[in-house]
Amino acid sequence: MGKSIAEKVLSAHSEIDCRVGDIVVASVDFCMSQDGTSTMMMRELESLGFERPRTANGMAMVIDHNSPCPSVDVARIHSKMRLFARDRGIPLHDVGEGVCHQLVPESGKVLPGDLVVGADSHTCTYGALNSCSTGLGSADVAAAAFTGKLWFKVPSTFSIVVDGTLSPHVSAKDLILHVIGKITADGATYRSVEFTGQAIDSLDMDGRFTIANMAVEMGAKFCPFGFDPKTAGWLSSRGLRAGNHVASDPDAVIEKTFRFDASDIVPKVAKPHSVDNVVDASELKGVPVQQAFLGTCTNGRLSDLAAAARVLEGRHISKNVRLLVAPASRSVMIEAMDKGIVSTLLKAGAVFVAPGCGPCVGTHAGVPSDGENVISTANRNFKGRMGNSKEVGIYLASPETVAASALAGEITDPREVSR
Amino acid sequence: MRLEGKAHRFTPNDDINTDYIISGRYKFKIDDMNELAKHVMEDISPGFAMKVKPGDIIVAGTNFGCGSSREQAPRALKAAGVAAIVAKSYARIFYRSAFNVGLPLIECDNEWIKDGDVIVIAIDSGEVLNPTSGQKARFSPIPKTMQILLEDGGLIPHLKKHGGFALR
Repeated sequence: MGKSIAEKVLSAHSEIDCRVGDIVVASVDFCMSQDGTSTMMMRELESLGFERPRTANGMAMVIDHNSPCPSVDVARIHSKMRLFARDRGIPLHDVGEGVCHQLVPESGKVLPGDLVVGADSHTCTYGALNSCSTGLGSADVAAAAFTGKLWFKVPSTFSIVVDGTLSPHVSAKDLILHVIGKITADGATYRSVEFTGQAIDSLDMDGRFTIANMAVEMGAKFCPFGFDPKTAGWLSSRGLRAGNHVASDPDAVIEKTFRFDASDIVPKVAKPHSVDNVVDASELKGVPVQQAFLGTCTNGRLSDLAAAARVLEGRHISKNVRLLVAPASRSVMIEAMDKGIVSTLLKAGAVFVAPGCGPCVGTHAGVPSDGENVISTANRNFKGRMGNSKEVGIYLASPETVAASALAGEITDPREVSR
Repeated sequence: MRLEGKAHRFTPNDDINTDYIISGRYKFKIDDMNELAKHVMEDISPGFAMKVKPGDIIVAGTNFGCGSSREQAPRALKAAGVAAIVAKSYARIFYRSAFNVGLPLIECDNEWIKDGDVIVIAIDSGEVLNPTSGQKARFSPIPKTMQILLEDGGLIPHLKKHGGFALR
């Protein structure tokens, strides 16, 4: 009987021919933490007498969730991270470099076939690079850094087949919102989810990162994509190796298969206060928005900024809306500047905040006021997520839908404003 | 092991995420779990932190602890006095983290438990019961890996005790 990607990666890293349900202690290639989760990790590591990471490709620490620092308390956490990293030779990505889930792939720390853990739930993002990566708590990541290993239960696999072609103005974000709406917030709990099909083959790497990023919003543990010429091109354009790429066997045991037709998918929005509360954007026509946010580890990449700029080129957002933009990394921002995207967005009325998490997690850089609605390209719309729980509604959508809604001052299907 | 405490239920009952358990407003800047404990469940149940007593038990529906990987969630609940959680199911990161920090999670049907009931969790016999009404339910056995971590006082104490993973 064949194996899934998860079974192959965990077998290769544990040197055990493992199958679904087995508990293995596996070698971890890389681990990371961010400024919301590092404190507890550092405390645990100090108590263990940690000197340097034993993970094959080391680790990284990233200051992105509160960046630049909004308060004295957080400033102390940041300086502790800098000292901890410096003393142990750990690369630290400081204020303004970007959001961890863009920086880790950009810096070449995750390659196909790798097993990666991070103290951030969206660590599953690196699945786009044909790896098995997953988010964990600080103690688990400390254990991985300290021992170079971690225990895993081998997950069963869901196959999500998306055939057909996405229509114009419908993106990877709409696709994953549609899928989560059907599978629900816990429908893929503990599963490894493998996306395949024509629509997935056609997606660029940015789109694959968007989908893998949100796999945790249906409970998934891993979201490994296949390796294809696009993966190879993304890696080689950054001077990176192709790694030990891995494919699911045709006779691998698949617990459940879901099939979608991409041509059925329209611009989607996840309504407050859960990510699986998904409707067509057109159904929300007339819902006013006071803030629009373009960015995050889900949709802060170059193609996301470009998609919003295409909508906003030569236009100006509604005077009732604040459009905040947080590029996923400094290099994304530089590329966006070189291509004129930054200028287009600024002329349309956008406000740029530092590359990083931006206002996604409610700590700084755009906390909404009582009773306001926010349309955002982020991955979570829980009550209070953006720092205010008083009647704030967070609506999740694609970069084009966010741009179209900023233009109109109300939730708008981007096809309505297309030229 | 036997735990006895007052049950607390919330609205919503399902998909209680870690942002609700401890908001990003606090968790990024407060490093002291006893301080964080003053804000647990604030966005869905203001005043809960004042109400909860040591030994109390949270009862919930499906997918408890979904969302962010913040380990402050199980740690702050524990610091607030919560002795265990009884839910129909858990999100996986929270599931691991809770056992890693020594907070036991029980998985079973629990519609019969009402907010304010005093309930007993008999870990060894695998039962949750209400001694007043006599109602009870069997729970899925705690996986062996999690039992070992719990007995050792969490993941890091486990590594210190055994000098590595000793999960068999």
